[in-house]
Amino acid sequence: MTFQAFNLRSVAKAAAVSGLMLVAVAASAQKGETVKIGWVDPLSGLMAPVGQNQIKSYQFVAEIFNKGNPAGVKFEMVPIDNKLSPQESTNAVKSLIDQGVRYIVQGNGSGAALAIMDAVAKHNERNPGKEVVYLNYAAVDPDLTNSKCSYWHFRLDADTSMKMEALTTWIKDQQDIKKVYLLNQNYSHGQQVSRFAKELLQRKRPDVQIVGDDLHPLAQVRDFAPYIAKIKASGADTVLTGNWGSDLTLMVKAANDAGLNVKFLTYYGTVSGTPSALGAGAAGRVYMVGYADSNMPGEVGKVANAFKAKFNDDYYTLAVHHVFNMLTTAMAQAKTTDPAKIAATMEGLKFKSFNGEVEMRKTDHQLQQGLYISVWKKADAKFPYSVENTGYNFQTVKFYEPYVASTPTSCQMKRP
Amino acid sequence: MDQILINLLNGISSGLLLFMLSSGLTLIFSMMGVLNFAHASFYMIGAYVAYSLTAVIGFWPALFIAPVAVGVMGAFFESTALRRVHKFGHVPELLITFGLSYVVLEVVQLVWGRTPLQFNPPELLQGPAFTLIQTPGQGLSVALGAASDALCQGGAQCSRFPLTRAFMMGVALLMLVSLWLLLTRTRIGLVIQASLTHPEAVEALGHNVPKVFMMVFGSGCALAGLAGVIGGITFITEPAMAAVVGSIIFVVVVVGGMGSLAGAFAASILIGLLQTLPLTVDASLADAVNRLGAHVGPQTPGWPLLRITLAQAAPILPYLLLVLMLIFRPKGLLGTREG
Repeated sequence: MTFQAFNLRSVAKAAAVSGLMLVAVAASAQKGETVKIGWVDPLSGLMAPVGQNQIKSYQFVAEIFNKGNPAGVKFEMVPIDNKLSPQESTNAVKSLIDQGVRYIVQGNGSGAALAIMDAVAKHNERNPGKEVVYLNYAAVDPDLTNSKCSYWHFRLDADTSMKMEALTTWIKDQQDIKKVYLLNQNYSHGQQVSRFAKELLQRKRPDVQIVGDDLHPLAQVRDFAPYIAKIKASGADTVLTGNWGSDLTLMVKAANDAGLNVKFLTYYGTVSGTPSALGAGAAGRVYMVGYADSNMPGEVGKVANAFKAKFNDDYYTLAVHHVFNMLTTAMAQAKTTDPAKIAATMEGLKFKSFNGEVEMRKTDHQLQQGLYISVWKKADAKFPYSVENTGYNFQTVKFYEPYVASTPTSCQMKRP
Repeated sequence: MDQILINLLNGISSGLLLFMLSSGLTLIFSMMGVLNFAHASFYMIGAYVAYSLTAVIGFWPALFIAPVAVGVMGAFFESTALRRVHKFGHVPELLITFGLSYVVLEVVQLVWGRTPLQFNPPELLQGPAFTLIQTPGQGLSVALGAASDALCQGGAQCSRFPLTRAFMMGVALLMLVSLWLLLTRTRIGLVIQASLTHPEAVEALGHNVPKVFMMVFGSGCALAGLAGVIGGITFITEPAMAAVVGSIIFVVVVVGGMGSLAGAFAASILIGLLQTLPLTVDASLADAVNRLGAHVGPQTPGWPLLRITLAQAAPILPYLLLVLMLIFRPKGLLGTREG
């Protein structure tokens, strides 16, 4: 009897132990796995400086996450130069899939983004069980999460309409802004900025006059003096622009030269090269709307300083942190690295990132996040970071919670 | 009024910079009959070399040494590469300069990186050259340097014209005069002019024509280098700077007439103004037709074309001029040879 009881007990114990072990095995199925992330962005041509900064950012942040993350996985970046071309991007996606990559990130240019969305959707349809997920960290055309939305696409930047929503909410309280001049690049992004600016200003500040609405060729204008003269003649007190790269740099430089004393409201003041051009001449006049300013507290702030110490360059694509935060949270929750299951987990996922709690909206896969309006000012004790070693940085004047910048979507998502 | 004046000055100054570039190109073309595709690359090298020299010896010495260095590079390229392919005809010559432009681009990116450089004008060239003050009811007045704040208050419009642009105009005009004197008033100029048209006869007289070619190629490159130094401080020093001016200087050379220095000057100013003035006009073809009494609206066939404003069409105007010129006057404004 005692013998039997003992026996029974030991069997129960053994069963319990093995059961525990099973649970432990299941819980850590993804632990120690290496997740390859394919990076498809320009490393040559006009946008090369931006792409180079971004791949360095990815590799740097991946190393930090490899030292410890909630999912216990390792990340490995596989960069491919797409030369900013949609055609090259499609080829890059094919080549990455052949190399066994199941997660793809891209950000520069909505044209390339659309090509990748298409390639990924087609691949997933034809190869069930071998799904690929596309994380878009910077392409901001609203169409990508509206009329052209796709289940396999997740956007971590705020789109043009969200940024304009935050910017115009801020303009509502700036009574000194009376005459706005729109100067943008002549391609999808610039046209969207111009369209949303007109639409939202009309709604929020109908008294604001739009005194000019110009589109100039993308990355071809060397001399912005004629545009600056035109802005001056229009009597504008504010210039609103979605320009990036050399188009913003040269514009600000020409404005400084001509003594054009107006406010500049921009989307991309921190992108490589621009801060150097801004310099002291633009202090207090250039504003930026984005998901961060130059002096982010906490983990990303430390990363930015370490990045500068290592590369003497700025870590400005903070959406890289969104990417890794979201992936590790989803992988820890789903206990797998299988893209099909992770995609399902990421839908509606709430996680903590550098700009507060954010949510990957289920209806259209657009990250709902807080946005900052910041102004270019001299670095001081409170805001010490020196962007591109200029001694200046973007300092927050206003933070908007995610609901302020949230915009509705017309996405009719087709789920597998 | 003040803005019209500023626009004119902007147009003329960018035209003069184009002249600095195209004068060398047109000289080289008239000598060797080859379009130097790498010409804009020498413009870029000028800016980059001057940037590096400025850090060591300061801007003003660099302004002189950088163009000389670029000229030496150009002469070296001519004597070692271009001359060798010369005997195979024009197409290999064209191809070798085409290849050089890519080599230069990559080398510049390897040496100086792909990001724009902080190449600022020296202390002496910073700030405005003069300020145009438009006071309501009182007309236009000019103040040297930056106008005081008191002058610009109370509805007065102040427009500054930067010193770098004034300097650009000054250097280009100086160059034009000295080039003209050199070509028409000196012995070297006579030999060069003779080599352009009758190389065999000049050679028979005992002049070293290949050496003249090398010198002209080198000087053309040096002029491009000088333009690069000034363009670099006025606009931007970055790897794409060659590509941006590359196509437009061919327009200048074709419109002005291949090989004609005076033509290049006229065309440069014309293109400079054509790049600047139309940008300020927001009227479209449809507006013009409507003003004449006709009614054109979205229902009219061809509306997408008619509604394009002059400002939107401005970037293509120089190229449109190029095409029209080739159709109706292939020898260019002041060119001498037919098509």
